[in-house]
Amino acid sequence: MAQITAGQAYGFFTDTSVCIGCKACEVACKEWNELPGNEPAFGDGYDNTGSLDSQNWRHVQFIDNVPDETSSTGQGKAWLMMSDVCKHCQHASCMDVCPTGAIIRTEFDSVFIQPDVCNGCRNCIAACPYNVIAQDEHKGVAQKCTLCYDRLQGGMEPACSKACPTESIQFGPVEELQQAARQRVTDLHEQGVTQARLYGEDSSIYGGLNAFFLLMDEPEAYNLPNQANAVLPQRNNLGGYLGALGTAVLAVFGGLIALRRRREPVADGPAGAPDDAPAEAAPETGAGED
Amino acid sequence: MALAQDVQHFVREPDWTWYILAYFFFAGLSGGSYAIATLFRLRGERSDEPAARLGYYVSFLTLLVCPVMLILDLGQPLRFWHMMWNTTPDGVGLNFKYWSPMSVGVWALLVFGIFATVSFAEALVRDQRLRLPLAQRAVRLLEGTAGTLFIGVGALFGLFIAGYTGVLLAVSNQPVWSDTWTLGGLFLASGLSGSAALLMFLVRYRPAAAASTGPLVISERFYALLELALIVIFALTLIPAGALGAAFGFPWILLWLVVFAGLVPGIGGLLTARLAVTDQGGTAPAGSSVATAVRTPLRTAVAVPGLILLGVLALRATIIFSIQ
Repeated sequence: MAQITAGQAYGFFTDTSVCIGCKACEVACKEWNELPGNEPAFGDGYDNTGSLDSQNWRHVQFIDNVPDETSSTGQGKAWLMMSDVCKHCQHASCMDVCPTGAIIRTEFDSVFIQPDVCNGCRNCIAACPYNVIAQDEHKGVAQKCTLCYDRLQGGMEPACSKACPTESIQFGPVEELQQAARQRVTDLHEQGVTQARLYGEDSSIYGGLNAFFLLMDEPEAYNLPNQANAVLPQRNNLGGYLGALGTAVLAVFGGLIALRRRREPVADGPAGAPDDAPAEAAPETGAGED
Repeated sequence: MALAQDVQHFVREPDWTWYILAYFFFAGLSGGSYAIATLFRLRGERSDEPAARLGYYVSFLTLLVCPVMLILDLGQPLRFWHMMWNTTPDGVGLNFKYWSPMSVGVWALLVFGIFATVSFAEALVRDQRLRLPLAQRAVRLLEGTAGTLFIGVGALFGLFIAGYTGVLLAVSNQPVWSDTWTLGGLFLASGLSGSAALLMFLVRYRPAAAASTGPLVISERFYALLELALIVIFALTLIPAGALGAAFGFPWILLWLVVFAGLVPGIGGLLTARLAVTDQGGTAPAGSSVATAVRTPLRTAVAVPGLILLGVLALRATIIFSIQ
C-alpha cells in the first residue's frame, strides 16, 4: 500500500466472488472503532448481524440461493456473500438532506458524519438508499462507516480491508481500484463466470461509489437499488412544492368565495350568543380603526 | 412512468413518531389559522375582525408547541441550534440548504414565529387585553399598507408551514413518502380544514365573532373537498410504485376511515347545501349543519369540529406510521 495522501480519492473495491463470509471485517471494524455491537440474533442462516446500523459499519450478507434439490454445482451462486459497507457516494443522499452540515466530504473524498455536529434529526436515515446509517441510541447521533478517517489521517488503511484474508475487500485510490475491478470482471468473464458484474464503479450509480462492488447476481439480490432506482431525495422537491403551491392557490380561492358568499342577503340576521358563552372583554373594532 | 416492480426501496425508516406527529398536527393548525385570519382581515368585513383576531390567537398558541416537539425529537436536543448554525470547524456559519426541506422549514418556522407573535400581540392590544403604551404605539405601525403587507407575507409563511411537512417526507427515499408528490398539498388542505374547524368551535366562546361562522363553514367545505381530491390523487400516484398496499392496507385502513369520517361534515355539507349555510342562501346559522355551532347544543358543537380535527390527526398518523 502506497502512502496515503490527503486530496486523493480513496475507497473500497469489494469483490464478492472471493468473499468467504468469515466476518473478519466486521470484527476488525468493531475493534478499531470501539463499537460494542448488538446482541446476536440467530435465525436459520449464518447471518447473526442483521444489517448495517450504528453498531455494525461492516455487515457480511449471506444470501441463500441453495436449491431444494441439488442438480448441479452452484457456480458460485448457491451462497452469495457480500461484505456490505457505506458506499461513500459521489452524490450522497445523506449529505443532500442533512440540515446541520454534520455530514461532510473529507480530504480523502469519503463521506463522514461529524459526531459533535450531528444533532440526531435522522433526516439522513430517511434518505440513505442503502440502509447504512442508523441512530446510536446512547450517543443520540447518526453513525456509519467513516472509511476509518482516523486511520487514514495516520497513514493507515482501514481496519476491515487490513483484516480481510481473501482480499475480497481492497482499499486504495479509487482510480486504481476501478482499473483493477474492470480487469477482474474481464478475467471472470473469460473464465466463464458471466454473471459477474460491477456495481458503482462508474458514474451511473449516484455519480459513482467510492466503495463499489463486484457482484455475482443482480444488484437487487444484494439489497442494492439498480440504476433506475438509484435516485436522490431532492428529485421530489419541485413536484412537492408545486403540489403545495397549487393547493395553496385553490385554498385561498376557496376562502375568498366563502367570504363573498357571506355578502349575499342574510336570511336570519346575525347570530346570537350562546347562553353559556362568556362576555367579551372589550368591544370589537376593525383592524384599521383602533 | 415506473412499473410497480421497478420501484425499489432498501432504506431504513427514520423512527419519526409521536413528537413528529404532534409537530405536523400543530404546524398545520398554526399556519392554517394564520392564513384564515388574514383572509378575514384583508378580504372580510368589519364584523370578521373578531374572528381574525381569534385566528391569530390560535396560530400563536398552537405554534408554541411546535419547536418543543421538534427539539424533543432530536437525539441531541441541546444541539437544536445546529440546524441554523454550522459548527463544523472549517465551515462555521449560517446553515441554509434550499434543497433540504428540513433546513428550509427550520428557517421558515423561525420567521413565521415572528409574524405569529407580532400578530398575536397586535390582537391583544386591539382587544385591549394588552395596554402597554409601547405596544399600542407599535401596533399603530401596523395600520394601513404596512399592516396589510405584514400579515400578507405572514400568511404566505403560514401556508408554507402548514404544507412543507409533507414535502419534507417526500424528499427522502422512503416507500410511499417518496413515491408521491401530493403530500405537501394534502397536509396543507388538511391543516386548513382543521384550522377552520377549530375556529368554528372557538367562535362559540367569542360571540362577537359569530358573524364569521358562515365563511368558516363554507371554506371548510372547500378544504375538505380539496383534501379528498388529493387523497384520491395520492392513492393513484402510489399504484405505479406498488405502494398502495403499504399505505392503505390493514391496520392503516382503520385510520383512513377516521380520515374519511373527518371529511364527512365538509363533503356532506357541500353535497346537501353546496355553498349556502342556510336553505335561503345566507350564512346565518339555522338548521342542523356545522354552521349552526353557535346555536347548536354544546355536544354537537364539540363533536363536529372534534371529528374534523381527529381526521386531520389520523391523516398524518397513517402517513407517518404506515411505513415505519
